[in-house]
Amino acid sequence: MAKIIVVTSGKGGVGKTTTSAAIGTGLALRGHKTIIIDFDVGLRNLDLIMGCERRVVYDFVNVINGESNLKQTMIKDKRVENLFILPASQTRDKDALSQEGVKRVLDELADDFEYIICDSPAGIEKGALMALYFADEAIVVTNPEVSSVRDSDRILGILQSKSRRAEEGLEPVKEHLVITRYNPARVNAGEMLSVADVEDILAIKLLGVIPESEAVLKASNQGEPVILNNESEAGQAYSDAISRLLGEERDHRFLEEQKKGFLKRLLGAK
Amino acid sequence: MSDESIKLTGTTLTVIALHVDRLSSSLLFDQLAEKVDQAPQFFYQSPIVIDLGDIHPDNIAIDLSALITHCRNIGLRPMAYKNVHEAMEVQQLALPVLASSSKDIQLEQPEKETIVTQTVTEERLISRPSKVITRPVRSGQQVYAEGTDLIVLAQVSEGSEVIADGNIHVYGALRGRALAGVKGDTNARIFCRQMSAELLAIAGNFLLSDSLDESLKNQAVQVSLDGERLITTLLT
Repeated sequence: MAKIIVVTSGKGGVGKTTTSAAIGTGLALRGHKTIIIDFDVGLRNLDLIMGCERRVVYDFVNVINGESNLKQTMIKDKRVENLFILPASQTRDKDALSQEGVKRVLDELADDFEYIICDSPAGIEKGALMALYFADEAIVVTNPEVSSVRDSDRILGILQSKSRRAEEGLEPVKEHLVITRYNPARVNAGEMLSVADVEDILAIKLLGVIPESEAVLKASNQGEPVILNNESEAGQAYSDAISRLLGEERDHRFLEEQKKGFLKRLLGAK
Repeated sequence: MSDESIKLTGTTLTVIALHVDRLSSSLLFDQLAEKVDQAPQFFYQSPIVIDLGDIHPDNIAIDLSALITHCRNIGLRPMAYKNVHEAMEVQQLALPVLASSSKDIQLEQPEKETIVTQTVTEERLISRPSKVITRPVRSGQQVYAEGTDLIVLAQVSEGSEVIADGNIHVYGALRGRALAGVKGDTNARIFCRQMSAELLAIAGNFLLSDSLDESLKNQAVQVSLDGERLITTLLT
């Protein structure tokens, strides 16, 4: 029976797709059969981030409408064993998603997979609601910045009231916090919210802090999830987050401003 | 000394007149029940006069006995008919027919006002257990404790609203809006462990976070109403 994890945020552009790609890839690397579903109908990005945009034939909406089956639609990742992607439609819009349709697809996938990652679109409307409705766990991605934190708070409220688990009175959706684009230097300068500030406002368990990293942009453009880049801080931080998700203890790294040695600064390494 | 045990005098009554213009039963009964529900105490066992003056001469084949029974079932006491058309068969129904008069006093407005006040007082006498919330109130959520106090055992996030007819207690950070005594209870108070509210209000009088004293920010504070001004004091 698969575990359904939704990656959501409320605010746009904070790192949901980057995080979905990283988490999905990380779980697959640890041997768990994982599929990542793009719920952003009309503005699909997951296929670009995963580097499979040239192999998309059918999409999620095709499966819901019965125009194709899952086997034809799922794309197998070329680099990582156990990893699959279900892309969104680019030509249609969110109204093409129906609750019964999504349920059918998820039920079919649940037999085969251990983890189903739902990459939510931004906002609190139909697309986002559909992505979070069937979730067992939620990863709320937040930038350490006031508007992002407020929007994340809103989406937490919606998770508590509009998810299937809430409506059926089951155990509530397990919430995890991932702070992305963290910059300790700016926090120390008082320009950015600290981890403690964000935790205080949102009051949910911290899964990981991903530092601001040039490697993320590079990874998107190359279509390679950043977790595959072991040298980057962001990649390592995502690895730690996977460990914590799987129940292991890990200290939070990259929270302190690192004083760059003279040589490092000279060579401009990050 | 007089031996008389009875006396006959003239008297004027003010009684409710039920004007009926169409007697299609379901519609009539539903509308009547609705009206009675608006002020049940007022209508209970109230004598009424059934005024048939508005009935079109073509619609006079009406089931008056059904009407009388229905009235009695919902607590009204039909005592007479008025403005009866000659062709109507009212003899069988054992209710007297009053002489027509063109004077009908409008009873609606004044009566209703009195009743509304009475109803409100009664509601406040009913004691309801306080509403207790144990999980954070998130941005965009609204919690309303009707007829009672609200107790929140977690934070109240910015962009959310906690509302109560009674007092509000927040055993956590209050970052959103808190409105106490919304039905007019000027004795209602707001208590919180960490004051950073966006807006505070008691019985409709409000205070914005702008106007909050700096020394009280993030402290344990209680808010009460003095006249039309909100007073904030530290909870020690």
